[in-house]
Amino acid sequence: MSSSMLFNITMVSYMVSTCIFFAFLASRSKAVGLAGTYAALFGFVVETAAIGLRWKESYDLGHGHAPLSNLFESVVFFSWTIILIYLFIDFKYKYRAVGLFVVPFALFGIAWAQLGLESGIEPLVPALQSNWLMYHVITCFLGYAAFAVACGISIMYLLRDKLEQNGSATQAGGLLSMFPSIKVLDDLNYKAIMIGFPLLTLGIVTGAAWANYAWGTYWSWDPKETWSLIVWFVYAAFLHARITRGWVGRRAAILSVIGFAATIFCYLGVNLFLSGLHSYGK
Amino acid sequence: MTTNKRGLAQRLWDFFCSLKLTIFLLIGLALTSIIGTVIPQGPQREYLATIGETKFRIYSTLGFFDMYHSWWFILLLYLLTLNLICCSIKRLPRVWKIVSEPVLVMDDAFEKTLGNVREFKLKGNKGELKERIAALFQAQFAQPVVTEKDGEFHVFAQKYAYCRLGVYVVHFSIIIVFIGALLGSFFGYKAYVNIPEGGSVSQVMARNGKTVDLGFAVRCEKFTVAFYDTGAPREFRSILTVLENGRPVQGYQNIPIIVNEPLTYKGITFYQSSYGQSEEGALYHLSVRNRKGGEPRKLDVHPGERVALGGGAFISVMEATMDVRPFVRGFDGPGAQVEFTPAGGQPQSFVVLSGKYQDFNAQHGGDLVFTFDGMDQKFYTGLQVAKDPGVWVVWLGCFLMVVGTCMAFFMSHKRVWARVYDGGITVGGSASKNPAGFELLFDDLAEKVKNV
Repeated sequence: MSSSMLFNITMVSYMVSTCIFFAFLASRSKAVGLAGTYAALFGFVVETAAIGLRWKESYDLGHGHAPLSNLFESVVFFSWTIILIYLFIDFKYKYRAVGLFVVPFALFGIAWAQLGLESGIEPLVPALQSNWLMYHVITCFLGYAAFAVACGISIMYLLRDKLEQNGSATQAGGLLSMFPSIKVLDDLNYKAIMIGFPLLTLGIVTGAAWANYAWGTYWSWDPKETWSLIVWFVYAAFLHARITRGWVGRRAAILSVIGFAATIFCYLGVNLFLSGLHSYGK
Repeated sequence: MTTNKRGLAQRLWDFFCSLKLTIFLLIGLALTSIIGTVIPQGPQREYLATIGETKFRIYSTLGFFDMYHSWWFILLLYLLTLNLICCSIKRLPRVWKIVSEPVLVMDDAFEKTLGNVREFKLKGNKGELKERIAALFQAQFAQPVVTEKDGEFHVFAQKYAYCRLGVYVVHFSIIIVFIGALLGSFFGYKAYVNIPEGGSVSQVMARNGKTVDLGFAVRCEKFTVAFYDTGAPREFRSILTVLENGRPVQGYQNIPIIVNEPLTYKGITFYQSSYGQSEEGALYHLSVRNRKGGEPRKLDVHPGERVALGGGAFISVMEATMDVRPFVRGFDGPGAQVEFTPAGGQPQSFVVLSGKYQDFNAQHGGDLVFTFDGMDQKFYTGLQVAKDPGVWVVWLGCFLMVVGTCMAFFMSHKRVWARVYDGGITVGGSASKNPAGFELLFDDLAEKVKNV
């Protein structure tokens, strides 16, 4: 049994989970919704084992580092954190339809990693040989994952809002009937960002601490640092918008989607289009 | 005139207290910050060559080449600071009152504002009931406060009142971080220095171009670089000694520093940053033998030196390394790029490896076969030097920021009241966040009141 096989099982589980959630919207059966959640949970357990196994494989190869060091590993970990935050919200609030809009993010991540990325376990270059790597990556990705969940919920909000405004809620009732209400979606969006914001803050702080420890500068306006700050600004704006009249609901949902787009750019776009210190291998 | 003036001051105050300004500034900062990630910051000649004269003039006028220090970006940051100070001044007293002077008495009007209220008919007079409910609150929730008013007892208890201050802790922490950053920029510096092996420095060149006296000297005893089999670097290591008046300082002798493990002395920290081969002092060891036979001859070549091989042939070493893995795939050991001039021929340049690769080495050199045996090389180590007395203030700010956001988002101010009268109790409760979660807690508590 290799970690790569387990990652494949994970990918299939998330795919199955997504399909079940589709069936849930069509069938409106609570049992189907629960099955979708359990498929995601199964994938999550397998992925946890896979990440653990890859960690062990890294020791067997004599490298011995946490699987958080290159693009493949970070994308896999991202999909793991998305499902972690999603399951937390699912078990707490039990709105199954949310799964259809969140699990695909994790599915996309693991599929991209497995099918398109170099999965070799490489030894760590000097700059990454630090415990800060683990603290920094874990906090950042938990934050990103919460924003991914918030984005999925916001897309649901915008969809529902649009259909209701068109007055076609009755025709689309089949699909919409399993959606949480507008008010609940707005609240869930806020709750996911409430989880993500402190984690992103901690991620930026641990990144600054590490930079100071390794280079002697906690902030150097490197594109990655700047983009993380841009994400922070967007969600700070979101949080202040919550208590301002006229900025709740639709605008907040749009801000949440923009925030996640900025997050993805911070995570991937900076490496692909801009130069800086955070190159994941190559 | 005076009313006008007051009107203006009032309008200005309202402007800086407004949340719309906050949202505008945050989104404005987010958008403008993008510019500096797209336009390379600092003097980047290659980039400057790609843009036209007009564009260059516009960009420099707007400070786009150092935009995070441009007047308008700093102004946005100051405005945000002013905005959050004003907002905090305006709102803090009200919140402070809720925290420091809790509502102890649940009267009828207040009861109507609460989401959770239950009434219970119970046996016993109000004196006994009061004792029992106070004991219940104490055991199940928090330390109660008892007030007597209009012949009824009011029992009040609360938890996590201070979490309402979380938002202001975050606001305050941002100001602390800014103060730390300012301290660092006024009283600290960032510098860079190269020290050759065996050499020492007592001055460094700061980024602003000024020379800084360290007040002591740092000597680089040795620098080593190690590679993985893949050719990727594994470790850069400098051995440093701190010297005061030319003498090594006790406890600061032969200290190894690597990336992620710097050395700090008297508030100045040295970070492993880069390295290179020092031009001075290197000595390359080559062997040369004739294909027609004869004993190999040893050659010692200095950098830049052209060594005569007899018969009008010459050799010089262009560059060399003790480990070719990062440069030539499939080979290891020492290697040198040499320039060989055969007798009467044109100079030719090729790579010479160690004796392990005889076949490889035999491909060049005409009548002669060269082997590279290694080198006495000297490295220089490139160190980042930083002094930042503000950094602990920044960490304090960061710590407060994380604590503040956790207080603001993960904690809830929970309050319960009980109005006690002969033959009954009314309990009420409220929470600043997560009403659904609080309802569970309240129902549980109410259940226990029933059996009090």
